[in-house]
Amino acid sequence: MAQSADHVLDHLELFRGPEYQQMLADKKMFENPRDPAEVERIKQWTKTPEYREKNFAREALAVNPAKACQPLGAVFVSVGFEGTLPFVHGSQGCVAYYRSHLSRHFKEPSSCVSSSMTEDAAVFGGLNNMIDGLANSYNMYKPKMIAVSTTCMAEVIGDDLNAFIKTSKEKGSVPAEFDVPFAHTPAFVGSHVTGYDNALKGILEHFWNGKAGTAPKLERKPNEAINIIGGFDGNTVGNLREIKRILALMGIKHTILADNSEVFDTPTDGEFLMYDGGTTLEDTANAIHAKATISMQQWCTEKTLPFVSEHGQDVVSFNYPVGVSATDDLLVALSRISGKEIPEQLARERGRLVDAIADSSAHIHGKKFAIYGDPDLCYGLAAFLLELGAEPTHVLSTNGNKAWQEKMQALFAGSPFGQACQAYPGRDLWHMRSLLFTEPVDFLIGNTHGKYLERDTGTPLIRIGFPIFDRHHHHRFPVWGYQGGLNVLVKILDKIFDEIDKKTSVLGKTDYSFDIIR
Amino acid sequence: MSLATTQSIAEIRARNKELIEEVLKVYPEKTAKRRAKHLNVHQAGKSDCGVKSNIKSIPGVMTIRGCAYAGSKGVVWGPIKDMVHISHGPVGCGQYSWGSRRNYYVGTTGVDSFVTLQFTSDFQEKDIVFGGDKKLIKVLDEIQELFPLNNGITIQSECPIGLIGDDIEAVSRSKSKEYDGKTIVPVRCEGFRGVSQSLGHHIANDAVRDWIFDKLEPDGEPKFQPTPYDVAIIGDYNIGGDAWSSRILLEEMGLRVIAQWSGDGSLAELEATPKAKLNILHCYRSMNYISRHMEEKFGIPWCEYNFFGPSKIAESLRKIAGYFDDKIKEGAERVIEKYQPLVDAVIAKYRPRLEGKTVMLYVGGLRPRHVIGAYEDLGMEVVGTGYEFGHNDDYQRTAQHYVKDSTLIYDDVNGYEFERFVEKVQPDLVGSGIKEKYVFQKMGVPFRQMHSWDYSGPYHGYDGFAIFARDMDMAVNSPIWKKTKAPWKEAAKPKLLAAE
Ligand code: SF4
Ligand code: SF4
Repeated sequence: MAQSADHVLDHLELFRGPEYQQMLADKKMFENPRDPAEVERIKQWTKTPEYREKNFAREALAVNPAKACQPLGAVFVSVGFEGTLPFVHGSQGCVAYYRSHLSRHFKEPSSCVSSSMTEDAAVFGGLNNMIDGLANSYNMYKPKMIAVSTTCMAEVIGDDLNAFIKTSKEKGSVPAEFDVPFAHTPAFVGSHVTGYDNALKGILEHFWNGKAGTAPKLERKPNEAINIIGGFDGNTVGNLREIKRILALMGIKHTILADNSEVFDTPTDGEFLMYDGGTTLEDTANAIHAKATISMQQWCTEKTLPFVSEHGQDVVSFNYPVGVSATDDLLVALSRISGKEIPEQLARERGRLVDAIADSSAHIHGKKFAIYGDPDLCYGLAAFLLELGAEPTHVLSTNGNKAWQEKMQALFAGSPFGQACQAYPGRDLWHMRSLLFTEPVDFLIGNTHGKYLERDTGTPLIRIGFPIFDRHHHHRFPVWGYQGGLNVLVKILDKIFDEIDKKTSVLGKTDYSFDIIR
Repeated sequence: MSLATTQSIAEIRARNKELIEEVLKVYPEKTAKRRAKHLNVHQAGKSDCGVKSNIKSIPGVMTIRGCAYAGSKGVVWGPIKDMVHISHGPVGCGQYSWGSRRNYYVGTTGVDSFVTLQFTSDFQEKDIVFGGDKKLIKVLDEIQELFPLNNGITIQSECPIGLIGDDIEAVSRSKSKEYDGKTIVPVRCEGFRGVSQSLGHHIANDAVRDWIFDKLEPDGEPKFQPTPYDVAIIGDYNIGGDAWSSRILLEEMGLRVIAQWSGDGSLAELEATPKAKLNILHCYRSMNYISRHMEEKFGIPWCEYNFFGPSKIAESLRKIAGYFDDKIKEGAERVIEKYQPLVDAVIAKYRPRLEGKTVMLYVGGLRPRHVIGAYEDLGMEVVGTGYEFGHNDDYQRTAQHYVKDSTLIYDDVNGYEFERFVEKVQPDLVGSGIKEKYVFQKMGVPFRQMHSWDYSGPYHGYDGFAIFARDMDMAVNSPIWKKTKAPWKEAAKPKLLAAE
C-alpha cells in the first residue's frame, strides 16, 4: 500500500504504483482488447498521408470541432450589460452546459436561467414556460434587463419570441416597460460567434428601434463618442480593460457595448455580485448617437455592424488586433475617427514592443506554427506571427467560412513568410491532427483541447483562445494592443525556451546547448 | 460559524423552518406553492425527508439540473472506452460535455479508446429541415473507416432528433447488419425528455438492455472461465479513478471484478455482466434500472454499497462478503484490518483540524447521502443536503440511514435558494458543482466540487479517503479565507446583490 497520511497520493501518483499497475494489467483480460500489434499498426496508419486523405474526405462526421453553439455567444454578450440576466428559452440542460463552460474558463460564477421546456412544451410550444419563467426570474433575481435567446429545441418547434414576450408582458410577468430584448439563436446555424452577433444585434435593435413597437424609435443625434464591440473572446477581461485604457489615454469618449470585463472578474471579498459592471442601459440606448462603431472582431459582428451602419454611423472592423501593425491600424483608425492625437505614451509602448521583438526575434524567426480557433483570433495571431518572421503554416477555423479563407490567404500572400501557409475553414481538430503528422510544425497555438494534439503529435501547445480550462487566469491579461502583443510574445518565447531546455536536459548526453544565457 | 454546535436541535429546526418561509417569499404565489414542496427540515424517525422530487423544474429560477442527454452520454455511456459515442445533433451539447467529467481510463485514445474525443454529427439547418438520417448513415461509415478498431457505436440523441422524426433505430439496425452485426446503439436521450439527467440514466440503462443484452447469444461461450467470486461494479464512473480504488479492495478480499459500469468500462465488460454472481451498485440512482433487470432476467442479486469513508467502507465490505462464503468474509476482515493503520493515521492527522465543522451539500446521484459518513469520520457534520435529480427512494435512503434531525433538505434547489441558505446557515464548507463553486467562494465560504472532486480524487475506498480528508482540510483551512476582508474595511456581513 503506497497511500499514507503523511504524504497523501492522489490520482497523479497513486495509480502509477505497482499494485494498481498490476490491477490494471489484470483487468485487460475482461476488456476483450485488440491485439497490441494491430493497435500499433492503426496508430501508425493514422499518421500517414493516406489517412489524411481519407480524413479530409469526411463529409458528415465532426471529430473534435473547435466551435460551440449560438446560445453560448448570446449568454456571453448578455452578461455584458448592466444588471442583465440571460434567459435561454428551451431545454434546461443546455443552460447548465453554458454556465459550466463559462465558469470553467473564467473561474467565475456564470448566471443564466432557462425556461426549462420539457416534453409537453415540445408538443404545445413553450409559451407558458416563457410566461412563468420571466415572472420568476424577474422576482428572484431583480434584473434590470432580461435578454432572451433560444436553444435548438425552441427553434425546431418554432417558438416566436417576439409574440411570447409580448404575451408575457400582457399577463404581467414583467412590467410593460421592462426591457426584454431577444434573439433567435439556432444552434444548427453558425457557432457561438454567430450567437454573439445575433444577441448583440437583438439588444441594440430593442433599444434603438422602439423596443418591439412599444416605444418610439430613437432618432440619432450624432455626437463625438465611439462604440466598441469586443466580440466573443476568451481574453475579454484583459482585452476590454486594455482597450478602455487606450481610449482613456487618447481622451476618446466611448461606450463599450457588452462590456463583460467586470462580471467575469469579480473580487472575492465576502460578497457575491451576480451582476457587476456592464454597459448601462442608458449608454446602450445612447450608443445610437455615436460617431462610429468599431468591432474588434469582424466575424462576430457580421449582422450587427451593418445594422449600426444603417443608422448612419461609420463602422470599422478589425480582426483581433495582436501585435505592432494591427495595433497601429487600430490607433490610427481611432485617431482618424475621433480627431484625437495618439499620445506619446502609446508611441513609447509601441517602441517597447518593437524593442522586445527585436531583442528576441532570432528565436522565433522562421519557426513554423499551427493555429486554430475562432476566425478573427486566427487572423490576428497569424498576422502577428508574420510580423515576427514566423510562419503560420496551418491556420484552421472550424467556424471560419469561405470569405475568411480568402482573407487569410490574402494575408499570407502579402508576406514573404506566408508563402507556404494555408487556411482551413470548416475543419476540426482531427483534421489538424493529420496536418501536424504529415506537415509538422514547431508549435501549436490553440485552446485547452489542443493538449490532445500535443500528446499525439508532440507539437508543443501555446494556450491562447477559448476555452482554456487547464491553465489559470490568463484571460485576465490582454492580448490586444502593444501591451497585449508583449504578453503574446512572452508566452511564445517562454514555450520556445522551455522546449529547448527540455530537449537539452539529459545529463551526460546533451550537456551542450543547455545554456543559461539566451 | 459552526452554529450547529452552539444551538439546540430545536433552535436549529426553528431557524431552518423560518429560513424556508423567508426564501419562499421571493416567489410569485404559484411558484412559492410549488417550491414549498421541495424544501423541508428533516424530522428524526421519519421514513423520508418530506420533500417532493423528480418533478419538472420551474422555468426561470436557475435550476442547477441538466438534461437526459447529460445523463446518458455524460454519465452512463460516455465512459465506455472502446465504443464511439456520437453526440447526434448540433455541435453544442457534445462540445460542452467534452472531456469534462474525468472518467479515467487507459487505452490508446483515438485508436482503440475514444472517451476524450468529441464525435458529433454537427447538424446544420438542412439536416433539421430534411431530416438527419442520411447524415447519420454517413457519419457511421466515416467512423468505421477512420476508427476501424472501435468495438461499437452509440448514438446519443440531442434535442432536435426526437422533434424532427428521425428514425435512428432503423439506421442502427441496417448499419449493424451491414457491418456484420456490429453493436450500434441508438439512445433516445433528447434533452427535453424527463425533468433532469435522471431520465437519461434510465433511457441509457434501457438501451443496454435492448441493444446489448437482448442481442447476446444465450449460450454464447464465456470469454473467460467463470468463478464463484465474480462480481460487477455498477454505477461507478471512475471519476479521478474512483472505480480503481474500489476495485483494488474487492480484489484484495478475494472477489474477481469482471466488469466496471461504466468508468474505464468496455463493451466486453457490459456483455459479460450477466455472468456475474453479484452486482454491486454504487450510484443507485443512475443504474438501479439495469441492476433490477439483471436480477429479473438473469437472477443476479444486487446490493448497494458505499465506499466513502472508513465506517461505510467497512460496513459495505462486510455486506458484500455476506453474499459469499467464509473465504470472502475473512478476506473482508483482512482488508479492513490492513487499512486500519492508514485510517487511524488519516483521522489522527485531519480530524483535529476539521472536528465540528459544518457542511452543506448539493449534488447528484448518490452523493448527497453517500459522503455524509466520510465527513462524520472526520468529525464534521452535514447540516444541509439535497439532490439535483433524486427520486423519492433516494430521500427515503437518506432519511433512514444518513441525515440527522433538523437537517435542511432542498430538492432541485436553485441559485437563489442555495445562496440564501448558505448565507444564513453559514456552514464551514459547501460541497456542490462548478456552477456553485465561485458563487460561494466569492462569499468567502470554502468550497469543494463534489461532482468532479474538484479535479482531485479518487475519493472512493481507503486510498480515496486519505485524499478526501486532505482536500477537505485544504479547503476549510486555507489561509486565504481569513483575507477576504480588506483590513481597512469594516467586517461587512455577507450579502447577495440578487436578494436585495
Ligand atoms: S446544440 Fe442545441 S441542445 Fe445542444 S447545447 Fe446547444 S442549444 Fe442546447
Ligand atoms: S452522483 Fe455521480 S455518479 Fe451518480 S450521477 Fe452524479 S456525478 Fe454521477
